[in-house]
Amino acid sequence: MAVDAAAAHRTMAAKLIAAVKDASGAALLALGLAVPILALRTEQNISNELILQPRWGYVAVAVLAAFGGRLLYLLIAALPRRPPAAAQAAAAVGPARRFLGRVVAGGGLLVLLLYPLLTLALVGTSGAIKWIDNFGIQIMIYIMLGWGLNIVVGLAGLLDLGYVAFYAVGAYSTALLAQTFGLGFWICLPLAGILAAFWGILLGFPVLRLRGDYLAIVTLAFGEIIRLVLVNWVPVTGGYAGISGIARPTFFGLPFNASDTGFAAFFGLEFSPLHRTIFLFYVILALALLTNWVTLRLRRLPMGRAWEALREDEIACRSLGINTTNTKLTAFAIGAGFGGFAGSFFAARQGFISPESFTFIESAIVLAIVVLGGMGSQVGVAIAAVVMIGGTEILRELDWLKQLFGPDFEPTHYRMLLFGFAMVLLMIWKPRGLVGYRQPSIFLAERRAVRADMVKEGHG
Amino acid sequence: MSGSPATLLSVEHLTMRFGGLVAIDDLSFTAAQGEITAIIGPNGAGKTTVFNCITGFYKPTCGRLLLSLGGPPAAADVAALTASGLRSRVTPTGSIFLLERMPDHEIVAQARVARTFQNIRLFPGMTVLENLIVAQHNTLMAASGFTVLGLLGARRYREAEAEAVERAKHWLDKVGLIDRADDPAGDLPYGAQRRLEIARAMCTQPQLLCLDEPAAGLNPRESSDLTRFLQSIQREHGTTILLIEHDMSVVMEISHHIVVLEYGQKIADGTPEQVRNDPRVIAAYLGVEDKEVEKVEAEIAP
Repeated sequence: MAVDAAAAHRTMAAKLIAAVKDASGAALLALGLAVPILALRTEQNISNELILQPRWGYVAVAVLAAFGGRLLYLLIAALPRRPPAAAQAAAAVGPARRFLGRVVAGGGLLVLLLYPLLTLALVGTSGAIKWIDNFGIQIMIYIMLGWGLNIVVGLAGLLDLGYVAFYAVGAYSTALLAQTFGLGFWICLPLAGILAAFWGILLGFPVLRLRGDYLAIVTLAFGEIIRLVLVNWVPVTGGYAGISGIARPTFFGLPFNASDTGFAAFFGLEFSPLHRTIFLFYVILALALLTNWVTLRLRRLPMGRAWEALREDEIACRSLGINTTNTKLTAFAIGAGFGGFAGSFFAARQGFISPESFTFIESAIVLAIVVLGGMGSQVGVAIAAVVMIGGTEILRELDWLKQLFGPDFEPTHYRMLLFGFAMVLLMIWKPRGLVGYRQPSIFLAERRAVRADMVKEGHG
Repeated sequence: MSGSPATLLSVEHLTMRFGGLVAIDDLSFTAAQGEITAIIGPNGAGKTTVFNCITGFYKPTCGRLLLSLGGPPAAADVAALTASGLRSRVTPTGSIFLLERMPDHEIVAQARVARTFQNIRLFPGMTVLENLIVAQHNTLMAASGFTVLGLLGARRYREAEAEAVERAKHWLDKVGLIDRADDPAGDLPYGAQRRLEIARAMCTQPQLLCLDEPAAGLNPRESSDLTRFLQSIQREHGTTILLIEHDMSVVMEISHHIVVLEYGQKIADGTPEQVRNDPRVIAAYLGVEDKEVEKVEAEIAP
């Protein structure tokens, strides 16, 4: 026993030394990176001369952080595990996860339904607009976009980097139809969806033969083409000036304004801009839930199963009599249609749109939401959207950090850095996204989730 | 013709060139209705290329692939279809198809030809049952009113889906995978994946089943099970089977008719007995050079 203990002691010591060595290596690497990036800051003084400002403190922090972080990571990884317990947990993971999924989905839905009332109760009328608009509506738009893109990327396995194009088509359709023909939001909304779906098919046709990286590049180009057309076709789209004065949604014909025929007057309420915000929140919630319902339903229909089969193996699909052309086109069209709905809502909510809202970074964010959420998982996409969009909005609220880091500190500048950090961490711990398993669409005896490593990502 | 079954598939003067390479050179053979026809030959002889032509994955350079459902067609019908430029024609007894003119998914859906692959192509991330349901895509798609009715939850679709599950269960029972119906297909052992792929092809309710090396990688027990399974498909469902196989014990036991290819050309065609004793086949399999074939023939011939 004593010998065993001594041996264990020696191996632990050896492990510790190895970990310290490894961490020192990481620290050295951090030093090499930090010196050119952080150590010197160039500034101009009053007489316009360049002066160097040394910032060795920053370098020290970076190096120490790298050393400490790496050491901690290695030590945690070296901790002894209890394998039997882990195996038991793995065996029971199916039902537990399903239960957890239901709790998250049901609880999330309840929170969403009560969200405007909760904010009203917590922060009062003045603060509620900000919370419902900046957080609630903004996040819901991205959840809807994520669910729409999930059809194309998550289910059909077609990597689409230009999804924002359909968002733009929906927004500009609504704006132009409203401006030119004086149509209301409720007529523009379905038309925008149909037009976006039509553009989805139009894009789908030429790219059907492409797979993987090639498909990604072409869809990326398509997104840019749409944006450049919007920028340059000034007589129609107004170029960078955009389109303003877009009709706002009405409540069964009642506009949200202070007039005698408005919503507030009709219901005998005191006029408040809050009414419209709350109404808009429920509109986008309904649209997003519609997207979710249709997607969940489609997964259990032959069309949805064909999408997933296409992601798994296109050649096998062809050998079973599935028309892969039509299958890809329906995925593109339906995904694009939901993007169009979201765009239409966006235009009506803002009342003003310009090409700057439809840059590539929007496509990238929506794709990141789908990938982080776990490809094909509805709940995962919703959680990822809340974290990513809510997280960036939260940064605006962190004014207390200015007291910590000085008045020049602007938390929103670190948005992309945090974004990158979050993504790296997630890809280390959950390489297949937050929800890394697939629910089968039909079962004989028992619904058992399919492990993510079985599921293919699709090849375009 | 009396006594011998009607021809289901007739391959006539099939030629497939890839640039300068002639993969199949003027190949003609027939597959009789309800029988098992095997295509054998050394590696690279063009066997899989023949399959790819029949199932529409390749467009043949030239040749005619005539498939007739519902009995032998009149020569006039075949001539009329060939001259018309159309893909298929309804005849008094059934219908005839020119496979070389059809895209792959129509060959499965209309001409009722199903296939499996040399390297198994299942949907690994979908469950065993889902694999078999996807195979019935076209039937279910029609029943779901091309998704519209299905989206609204129509009873017609629910009934069709229940029927599809019943068919899937039937085939799962036959291949002994009913207990694993809810497991991902990628989790199955190799032999079971092979069986599942055949079951999936059978779920498309084919008239002609093309199997590309179904016994590859199976142990002797598994291949004798496979032999019995294929015979039961052929006897109970009357499905015509076209088979590529290297395992001669399987081929000789179950085939009614064997076609031997070498370098894209047919070198023999007949019953297992005839092919087994054909000196050119023996020469091809023993790897004798063309010049020496006559010598070997002379040696082998009694």
